[in-house]
Amino acid sequence: MTLKGKLILEDGSVFYGDLLNNMKATGEVVFNTSMVGYQESLTDPSYCRQILTLTYPLVGNYGIADIFMQSRKSFVNGFVIGELCAHGSNWHYETGLSDFLTKQGVPCLYNVDTRAVTRRIRNSGTMKGIIVAEDVTKAEIDELFAVPIKKDVVMEVTTPEPYTIEAENEDAPFVVAMDFGVKRNILKSLHEKGCKLTVVPAGTKAEDVLSLQPDGIFLSNGPGDPADVPDIVEEIKKLIGKKPIFGICLGHQLIARALGAKTYKLKFGHRGTNQPVKNLRTGRVQISSQNHGYAVDADSLAGLPLEVTHINVNDGTIEGMRHTSLPLFSVQYHPEAAPGPDDNMYLFDEFWSMLKKGE
Amino acid sequence: MPKKKNLNKVMVIGSGPIIIGQAAEFDYAGSQACRALKEEGLEVVLVNSNPATIMTDTHIADRVYIEPLTVDFCEAIIEKERPDGLLATLGGQAGLNLAVQLAEKGVLEKYHVELLGTPLKAIERAEDRELFKETMQKLGEPIPESTIVEDVPSAVAFANEIGYPVIVRPAYTMGGTGGGIAENEEELIEIVIKGLNYSMIGQVLIERSVAGWKEIEYEVMRDGNDNCITVCNMENFDPVGVHTGDSIVVAPSQTLTDHEYQMLRSASLRIIRELGIEGGCNAQYALDPNSNRYYVIEVNPRVSRSSALASKATGYPIAKVSAKIAIGYMLDEITNAVTQKTKACFEPTLDYCVVKFPRWPFDKFVYADRTLGTQMKATGEVMSIDRNFEGALLKAVRSLEIGVHRLHMEKMDEWPDERVKKNLARINDERIFVIAEALRRGVADIDTIHDITKIDKWFLHKIKNITDVELRLTQESLTPRLLVAAKDVGLADRSIAEITGKTLDEVRTMRISDGILPRYKMVDTCAAEFEAATPYYYSTFHAQEDEVKVSKARKVIVLGSGPIRIGQGVEFDYCSVHSVWALREMGIEAIIINNNPETVSTDFDISDRLYFEPLTTEDVLNIIDKEKPEGVIVQFGGQTAINLAASLQKAGVKVFGTSVDDIDRAEDRERFDEVLTQTHIPRPRGISVTNLQDAIDGAADIGYPVMVRPSYVLGGRAMEIVYNEAELRDYMSRAVKVTPDHPVLVDRYMEGTEVEVDGISDGVDVIIPGIMEHVERAGVHSGDSIAVYPPQTLSSKVIYTIIDYTKRLAVALHVKGLLNIQFVVVNDEVYIIEVNPRSSRTVPFLSKVTDVKMVNLATRIALGATVKELGYHSGLVPPKPYVAVKAPVFSFAKMTDVDIALGPEMKSTGEVMGIDYHYARALYKAIIGSGMNVPTKGCILFTVADKDKDEMKQLAKAFSDIGFEICATEGTAKTIQAMGIDAEIVGKVHERSTDIIQMIKSGKINMVINTLTQGKHSMNDGFKIRRATVEHGVACLTSLDTAWEVLRVLSFMRDRRLVYSLALQDYVGGGDDLA
Repeated sequence: MTLKGKLILEDGSVFYGDLLNNMKATGEVVFNTSMVGYQESLTDPSYCRQILTLTYPLVGNYGIADIFMQSRKSFVNGFVIGELCAHGSNWHYETGLSDFLTKQGVPCLYNVDTRAVTRRIRNSGTMKGIIVAEDVTKAEIDELFAVPIKKDVVMEVTTPEPYTIEAENEDAPFVVAMDFGVKRNILKSLHEKGCKLTVVPAGTKAEDVLSLQPDGIFLSNGPGDPADVPDIVEEIKKLIGKKPIFGICLGHQLIARALGAKTYKLKFGHRGTNQPVKNLRTGRVQISSQNHGYAVDADSLAGLPLEVTHINVNDGTIEGMRHTSLPLFSVQYHPEAAPGPDDNMYLFDEFWSMLKKGE
Repeated sequence: MPKKKNLNKVMVIGSGPIIIGQAAEFDYAGSQACRALKEEGLEVVLVNSNPATIMTDTHIADRVYIEPLTVDFCEAIIEKERPDGLLATLGGQAGLNLAVQLAEKGVLEKYHVELLGTPLKAIERAEDRELFKETMQKLGEPIPESTIVEDVPSAVAFANEIGYPVIVRPAYTMGGTGGGIAENEEELIEIVIKGLNYSMIGQVLIERSVAGWKEIEYEVMRDGNDNCITVCNMENFDPVGVHTGDSIVVAPSQTLTDHEYQMLRSASLRIIRELGIEGGCNAQYALDPNSNRYYVIEVNPRVSRSSALASKATGYPIAKVSAKIAIGYMLDEITNAVTQKTKACFEPTLDYCVVKFPRWPFDKFVYADRTLGTQMKATGEVMSIDRNFEGALLKAVRSLEIGVHRLHMEKMDEWPDERVKKNLARINDERIFVIAEALRRGVADIDTIHDITKIDKWFLHKIKNITDVELRLTQESLTPRLLVAAKDVGLADRSIAEITGKTLDEVRTMRISDGILPRYKMVDTCAAEFEAATPYYYSTFHAQEDEVKVSKARKVIVLGSGPIRIGQGVEFDYCSVHSVWALREMGIEAIIINNNPETVSTDFDISDRLYFEPLTTEDVLNIIDKEKPEGVIVQFGGQTAINLAASLQKAGVKVFGTSVDDIDRAEDRERFDEVLTQTHIPRPRGISVTNLQDAIDGAADIGYPVMVRPSYVLGGRAMEIVYNEAELRDYMSRAVKVTPDHPVLVDRYMEGTEVEVDGISDGVDVIIPGIMEHVERAGVHSGDSIAVYPPQTLSSKVIYTIIDYTKRLAVALHVKGLLNIQFVVVNDEVYIIEVNPRSSRTVPFLSKVTDVKMVNLATRIALGATVKELGYHSGLVPPKPYVAVKAPVFSFAKMTDVDIALGPEMKSTGEVMGIDYHYARALYKAIIGSGMNVPTKGCILFTVADKDKDEMKQLAKAFSDIGFEICATEGTAKTIQAMGIDAEIVGKVHERSTDIIQMIKSGKINMVINTLTQGKHSMNDGFKIRRATVEHGVACLTSLDTAWEVLRVLSFMRDRRLVYSLALQDYVGGGDDLA
């Protein structure tokens, strides 16, 4: 017998479904519009403490396989989907989605009209929500809504200890990657390019990073509001100008803040694998994978040594920028894909050229 | 304004007649493209030989040429119109091939016409096998080991090298004509010979077979600035081996990981970039189900059937965007028509599951080989949308109109388990039903079925989900919870009723009182991320929220015509669209329900609201419950819509137009006899029978030959002329299931001139836009006859009688809207054959040539206007000074084992029109346009039935007089020789080494005139001769009437200018420069 459950949003709207494992959850409810890549999204640390809903209604079709993990575990607070596939089928299949969710302890509400959830969030903006069993009391609901949404999410997802990924060539450029919740495919992409990598925890001081004598520094993606991590911004300030820097997503926002720009919260963010990004230097548009709720404020760039290099074709928001004089650039979206299109791998090439120039 | 400033006038090439592999999707693409070009202020010149299309309407293009799609005619039009650009990538393979020929012959260069969109070089690199292979090898994209051969020995040598099975694909054909999979040398030789014949350039590709792998398709767009996007990917339910046009297809892919999805997406982008395509393109892959290996199977450098499907599946208008790219726009400069805010440069994302199901003509071609392979056989398709696969699949099954409403075929109930198991291995149109039957009975589990069929287990599990619920319905009592489960897997009320033994009303009542109702969701390209403006909806039982905002305006529902099939083609979509436009003109909201993704009617900007749903009583009533329209219009959606009239009325729905009772009076045999008695109109004697004995007795009484058919049919399905009792017995046992509810009609067969009339009536007055005379005498189905407007041989007395009878019938049947009547004229006496109180196949043709807006008027009348109010008088509209000829087009090349002889059962898939001030030239245009390979000299074989011998003699003499050689089998040849005409004697089939078949194969016979000798059984000599003509591209005339008209054309061709073109606007506008 399946257990009935529901997703309740802050504005009082309720969406019904079936509850896996009778687990409850509180979190900021966000939607992702990608039709594939549920495992990559579930294990993307940028979703830490969020309740993730997918617009594509058939989920779990090809099961779960270890090679698609984007981090050590799933950090989502809850998962809200349409159909939870009972019989996944693919040669990569190692385990079923529901077993995975159970093992990871992810509360999951399925058989939900996720399009209705999406429309609500699209119209009213991202908001807090809870997943509960259908027959819970008002008091329990209030209690769950009272749970504050944790802010120090970067510290939760970052690697506890530094580690190094050796390159094949001994003279490979050496990059220190600051892990704010890095996706494995970013590290893999840098490594495949030929870099030697040392991944350091988010709290690592600038002088410790520089003491490793890297050829370049990578600032990773990660969860949460960039305004919530002022200490990290302070360290980044100290790194700018010292070494070539490449930032992705949260890394991009932190660079902007470090250089004096502002960031703001988008109404419902960009989460999906079909976002068109225009490269202002070439005039060409690439499709990108995105997962962000905040963006760099274009007006706040006035007078700063930053040039906007990429914008979102849909809403004109900033998707990429570079320093007018220093070897520093960053993008809001995910060139490493996983999930999503690999149209933007050229950015790793650009970083590579910067590293090579520095030699 | 176009981005390319040099463009003022653009020519668009359409795809011509509907044939298997090239259906209504190009009317959709072409109309959309023409509108997109006009939107930019361009003058549009359109060439298309198919009159049954929206795109050949005079308001779609500034200059519409309904002329044969040949280089000669196109050159004449180019010379006259001097377009600045040519857009050819929206007219299917036919349009593309024509553009290639125009370029190669230097026509484009001579008249300074720029080929817009994808450059010629890109087309060649995608289409020419050797160039394609080179391009793929350069890119590092894997293609199956293959070689191009131009003869049989090379094919055999290569196959021996790489091993069997191998696939044979002819170069430059569409729908895989002439291709196939060969398991051994013998099969290979046979397929290669055929393929070489069909290829435009005498080449076929032999390649490694990857049958059993997953087949995946991507629809990709690229603009001149090298921006690329994928619109949609699709996964075939049927693994590689079945032509994608014959596969059940799901969008998006279901069993691919993100990694696999992106791997093939990236490959598609690399390919479209390397080829340099500007516009839409389709790439097909075989993906190993057990590794990351894949092969590129095919790339189509143009808008295709798949892109029409992708457009409907996503809401992204590929044809429109392709047209804008062709005139210089970049993807990020084109507005997304769905959201009106975002740009066309993005990738649609779906939040539902789409299923496409092919519609095959095996119900008509009962003897055809049903095996599915690399040669496409479907005439049309349906599409369905739901939030789960099961729901979408069963919606598609319901939409097919093949007498099933779930994955269950009644006839399989009688199959023993062994037969079910054995049939799992048969790859044919019934395979999915066999799979369901096997799962239902438990005679094979999912692993076994997967091993046999290679169909991915994901799909098999979904089918089992359906049969599991069916099983519960047989075992448990029908609780609300179980009912929800049944609706969850997409079972129709009717299916639930059938399984539980309840009545349909009981199930429906219980469902509604339990509040188990469908919700309607929008197709918006973006999974609700942005607010959308498209009024494009589908139903689902898996939802909490309904998005339709029901308006309070006056509104009417127009029922569409479902999938394209023989007997119900694009003509009915034309009518549905015009009805929608008429309603909108009247200020009434027009809602359309249809399930055919190929059509204009399912373009989301045609109606005020589009519901992409099955056309069944339940699905339609659900929408009516939601929308509460004033009523529905059924007379434009062919038999599909008419069939729903009675049940909708019973449910309390207002049916606009001719009443359900009057429709029945026209269709029910006995009631129609009463109408005829009352109106004093004669008809060939006939009776209606409900069992075999009555049929035998009745036929004996009427006298053979008799015409037999089931009542309530379209396109003469299962209609035959039988000459004796044995044939009648055979017919009754094979072709029909006769029951008291389904009587069979037995009519005297009258050999005379067939005449067809379409009229628009308000029940008092009737407008008759025109009368059409058929070239072939009665007995050849009207849809397969050459029709001529205005009549050329009818006396004024006959015409007067026809007008009179038409008026009488319109009044007696209280017709409110369109009616179509078929008459047979024998010795100046007019008899009625049948009346259809609805739109007919000839409405688009007649509307175009007479300039009477037939559907518009009929829609207004159906809603209450009168003929007089609309400014018309009762009677025949004066005939125009020109002649229009409608000729049928067949797809026999795709259907092996089908007899091509014309008869009362319809066989054509499409039509073309020839229009001219001279009858003979109009006829010439129609015949050339239909693709008939009429020789101008050479040898004609005569092989005719005894009853036709006298007439044959005159024909032979006439052909001989204009310089043809004549040959015949011994008896016939002697008859001809006796007239003093040289006639070569040829051997009968298999009589000698140089028999007729050999002569046809070797090109010694250039045309065959053959009339049916006896019976319908396919294995006689006549059948073999006729099939040989199809396989070898030799014209074969099976009616002496057609032969006389071909003779007329051939005589005319000797001393006249053949190529002469005028736009439809010139004809209907009066025609200022007469030929």
